Amino acid sequence: MTHISALRTASPLRSLCLAGTAVLLMGTGSALAQNACASGKTLTDGTLTIATGNPAYYPWVMDDAPESGNGFEAAVAYAVAAEMGFDTANVTWVRTSFDQSIQPGAKDFDFNLQQFSITEEREQIVDFSLPYYSSAMAVLTTQSVVDAGATASLDSLKGLVWGADANTTAVPMLTDLIGPDSAPLLYNDNVDVTAAMQAGQIDAALFDLPTALYLSAVVVNNGVLLGQFPADRTENPDQFGLLMEEGNPLKECVDAALATLTANGTLAAIEAEWLQDTTGVPVIE
Amino acid sequence: MLTRRQIFERAQRRRANMIAAGSTLAVALALVTLVPLAPGWAAVQRSFFNGEVFAKTFPGLLNAFLMDVAIFAWCAPLIAVLALVLAIARDLRAPALTPVRFAAIAFIDIFRGLPVILVIYLIGFGIPGLGLPRPWNSPYIWGSLALILVYAAYVAEVLRSGIESIHESQRDAALSLGLSQQDSMRFVILPQAIRRVVPANMNIFIALQKDVALLSFIGPVEIFRQAGVYKSLLANFTPYVGAALIFLAITIPATRYADHLMNRARRARS
Repeated sequence: MTHISALRTASPLRSLCLAGTAVLLMGTGSALAQNACASGKTLTDGTLTIATGNPAYYPWVMDDAPESGNGFEAAVAYAVAAEMGFDTANVTWVRTSFDQSIQPGAKDFDFNLQQFSITEEREQIVDFSLPYYSSAMAVLTTQSVVDAGATASLDSLKGLVWGADANTTAVPMLTDLIGPDSAPLLYNDNVDVTAAMQAGQIDAALFDLPTALYLSAVVVNNGVLLGQFPADRTENPDQFGLLMEEGNPLKECVDAALATLTANGTLAAIEAEWLQDTTGVPVIE
Repeated sequence: MLTRRQIFERAQRRRANMIAAGSTLAVALALVTLVPLAPGWAAVQRSFFNGEVFAKTFPGLLNAFLMDVAIFAWCAPLIAVLALVLAIARDLRAPALTPVRFAAIAFIDIFRGLPVILVIYLIGFGIPGLGLPRPWNSPYIWGSLALILVYAAYVAEVLRSGIESIHESQRDAALSLGLSQQDSMRFVILPQAIRRVVPANMNIFIALQKDVALLSFIGPVEIFRQAGVYKSLLANFTPYVGAALIFLAITIPATRYADHLMNRARRARS
């Protein structure tokens, strides 16, 4: 809990969070009431349909099997479902790409979680819940780049050749946080970014910290995490939200559930269980 | 003074034009009035035809399009050269050069058969992965090479069809006049063959102009990738519409020009 609240201090959404919690505490607060909130508002009555990516990546979902409840986002999804009064048997999973989740028209999920960053522009097309995670951004590179003299200082980072996943908010953050000297190269997914890094075409890439930890440990040969931009930075905080169809009546129920989970420490516990301790990664000033 | 026949034909033509204009207008009106009546039109319009997003992203797209133009500009001449070499190699008749002919056939078969995107990945990531130092591992170099190899295979086949369309008797005549094999190819066959396949090659180069966007898979931020970035950040597909308009502004005139060349060639032959 302390971790989460520390991350959120700078967030304008925090007050919203607290307001939601306060309303909930003053009100009923029982699981039954939550259930009543969601009744009739889901895609299929009595069932909560949750979408995630295809494939869903470690450590967000373990082994691409969200049904197991293993992995940070799978666990968050089941916790939110339980808070809204759906037991495990009444949750079904579907898969969508990013593009499918933002297409106009009816959605085939109640909410969708695959590390969607909440942004003002995206809010105009779809609805986001309150944030369930605030992500630090981390610089992934290789040992040979570090040996060549790269350090965790902005000046050194500016001189590197950068890559990023084109579908993520890492692209504007790269410009805002680092402002590299040469235009970054962009790729379709993590696999292509790491392939380019392995081929020596890029020196470094910007990812959310949990993804970067995984890639540096498992995917990239001699991968190194050079440093992180902490999650509680005041500009461009990267907060993940559950994505819903614009105007989805379920939003208030989801928000209430997330507010409760944040207040009672469940979210922080899930985070501690599934996401590695990130304090070992140096902070970039 | 018009003849009665000319007057009649002019009236017929005028009537046909009126009907054509009327039916086109009716279809356009139906589309413009009926589509917005669909219940999801507002959402579709917001996602695909969003004026605000369009205005915000169009200059960036235009800027990224320069990258496409540059890649096209350095690929096209190299494709033409390589394709010519391949087409001539395929047409070699000296028995001793059979291995060269087979090599050209194998090259064309392989690169025409492979998906462009696989070749781009394989060459764009694979060869630099062998450990080339900068700047020789640049995705621009190897991605362009992938495009050049694939498109040269296509253009080579078009050129070969042009070479084969020149009647055998011309070759025999050139040889009997005392020209060498090389000279008869250079001065007699190729000038006619290349001219005959210009329209077909125009089509291939229009296709190339669109496939340049595939280079974005290995890093370069050209118009398609830039549109994808905007799409992701704004959760809106309008930038792709902007990109499509820029592409159309190039491809439609190019296609019309190819048509014009084809018509002229047909008239010249008949």
